Amino acid sequence: MGMTMTQKILAAHAGLPSVKAGQLINADLDIVLGNDITTPVAINEFEKAGFDSVYDKSRVNIVLDHFVPNKDIKAAEQSKQCRQFACKYQIENFYDVGEMGIEHALLPEKGIVTAGDCIIGADSHTCTYGAVGAFSTGVGSTDMAAGMATGKCWFKVPAAMKFVLTGSLPKGVSGKDVILHIIGMIGVDGALYKSMEFTGPGVAALSMDDRLTICNMAIEAGAKNGIFPVDDVTRAYLDGRSQREYKVYEADEDAEYTDVYEIDLSCLVPTVSYPHLPENTHPVTDAGDIAIDQVVIGSCTNGRMSDMEAAYEILKGKHVKKGLRVIIIPGTMAVYKECLKRGYTEAFIDAGCVVSTPTCGPCLGGYMGILAAGERCVSTTNRNFVGRMGHVTSEVYLASPAVAAASALTGYISDPREVL
Amino acid sequence: MNAKGFVHKYPDNVDTDVIIPARYLNTPDAKELAAHCMEDIDPDFTKKMKPGDIIVGGFNFGCGSSREHAPLAIKTAGVSCVIAKTFARIFYRNSINIGLPILECEAASDGIEAGDEVEINFDTGVITNRTKNETYQAEPFPEFIQNIIRCGGLMKSLKEGGHE
Repeated sequence: MGMTMTQKILAAHAGLPSVKAGQLINADLDIVLGNDITTPVAINEFEKAGFDSVYDKSRVNIVLDHFVPNKDIKAAEQSKQCRQFACKYQIENFYDVGEMGIEHALLPEKGIVTAGDCIIGADSHTCTYGAVGAFSTGVGSTDMAAGMATGKCWFKVPAAMKFVLTGSLPKGVSGKDVILHIIGMIGVDGALYKSMEFTGPGVAALSMDDRLTICNMAIEAGAKNGIFPVDDVTRAYLDGRSQREYKVYEADEDAEYTDVYEIDLSCLVPTVSYPHLPENTHPVTDAGDIAIDQVVIGSCTNGRMSDMEAAYEILKGKHVKKGLRVIIIPGTMAVYKECLKRGYTEAFIDAGCVVSTPTCGPCLGGYMGILAAGERCVSTTNRNFVGRMGHVTSEVYLASPAVAAASALTGYISDPREVL
Repeated sequence: MNAKGFVHKYPDNVDTDVIIPARYLNTPDAKELAAHCMEDIDPDFTKKMKPGDIIVGGFNFGCGSSREHAPLAIKTAGVSCVIAKTFARIFYRNSINIGLPILECEAASDGIEAGDEVEINFDTGVITNRTKNETYQAEPFPEFIQNIIRCGGLMKSLKEGGHE
C-alpha cells in the first residue's frame, strides 16, 4: 500500500522507509513555534524539567502576536518572559513588536517554513503551512517544550481524506469560501485525527494566499493537518524566499484515503458560518437581513495582501455604514507597509475604518474589538464559538474579506458580488 | 489507579474557549486559570464541583484552540477524569502530556447523566456508574501513550528516557 503526502513526510522525518495510519512514531522537527500565550507555559515546563539548551536556536520560533502591543500588565509579563527566554537561549527567530506579524502570516512570508518540513507549533492554526507542502500541526505548550529541548515529537500517523478540486473560483469567491464550504459539508469533527489532502486540477488556479487560508482552517474540521501538493505556484512562492532548500514529496498513486470528495470550485458561492460553530454554513444569498455591529478583516486566516486587496476593491471611495465599527488588521508589518504604499490604508480610513498594526487581538476576544452583550460581528477570522469575541451572548459570523467588506457598506451580511 | 466522583455533563463540541476563555489567558498560573474553568458554558462550575468530580462530554471534546490552559484548568480545578465519545486531537495530546486522565467511551457518554456517581478503574478501562448500576468499557491507550501517563507526563517521560 502506498503512502499519502503527509505519511511520506512523516516517514522521512522518523527515519523509516514507510509508515501507515495509526502507527506511533517519533519524528525529527524542522521548526518549533510558540506565541506569547503558549510559550510562557512551555518555558515553565522546559525549565521545570531542567533543560538548559534548545536543540537548535535557528529552528525555534517565538512570535509575540496574540496580546501585543501588550493589552495589560499580565500580558506584558508574559511577553517579558518570552523575551528573556529568547535572549537567554539566543533564539534567532524571535519576533517582537515592530517586526512581528501574526505568526501564521509571518513564517511563510519570511520563508521560515518550507516544502517538505515537519513542523509543530503551540497554536492550533499551525496547520496553515501545509499550503507550502509541509507537514505542520498544532500542539500544546508541553509538546513545544519537549520539541524545543529534543527536536522531536511523537505523532500517531494520520489516515487521510482526499479533496479533489476541479474548475476555478468565480469572481467574489475565495479560499475562505472553499474551506467554509468543506467544513459545512464534513462538520467540525469531520476530519478528526486525519489529514486533509487537497489535490486535483483545480489546485493550479488557487493562489498561495488561498491555499494558506484553506489549510489554516483544517483544524476547524478537526484535522491534524491540511496539505497541498508542491506545484508551479508553490515554487514561484518559495523560490527566493525559502530560507532552506526545500524537498518535494508526492502522494503515491495507490495511497489509501478514508474518503474522497470532489469539489467543483466554479460552483462555489460566498459562504458564511453562523454562530456558534464553523460548520454552521450558509450561502450568503440566504442571509436575508442580519444586522451587524462590527466587522473585522484580518487574522492568521485572512490578514494577507490579497485579503487587504479584496477589502480595498470594495471599500475604496465608499463609506462604511454609519454606526458600524470596521477594524482592519494587516497580518504582518510587510503587509501593513504595502497597504500604506498602495494607498489602501488611506482608502480604509477615508471609508471610516480603523487600521491596526498586526495582532490576533479580536479573533480570540483578547482586545482590539471585544463585543458587548448581544452584538454581532462579521469576521474574517476562524472561530465563532460562544463568547469567542467577547460576551457570551455576542455572535460571530465567519466570512471572506469580500463578504466582510460588502457587509461593512450595508450594515447587514451582504453578497460581495453585488458591489464588485 | 482509580477515580471516583460525581458527574458534570456537557454536549458535543465543547471548545477550549468555553473551558477557559481567552480573556484569562494573560497568565500561565494554573490556579488562576482553574478559578475560571468552564466559565462560559457553566458559570457555576467552580462553585458546585468537588475535588474528584468527573466531566462527561460528547463528540469532539476540547475542540478549537491549542491552549494547554484548558486541560490545565480542568486538572487544577480538581477534576479526576474527562470522559467523552471523542476528543479533539490537540486536547487529547495536551491531556496526556500534562497528566490529566481522559477516556474515550461512547457508551459511557450516552449512559451517564449529570449528577451520577461514577467510578473509574484506569488499569482496566472499566467505568462503573454507581447511581445506575451500569458498567462501560473504555478504549485502552496504546502502550506508547500509557508509558507517558505512567511517567506522569511528557516532560518526565523524556527525563526518564522512556520517550526515545
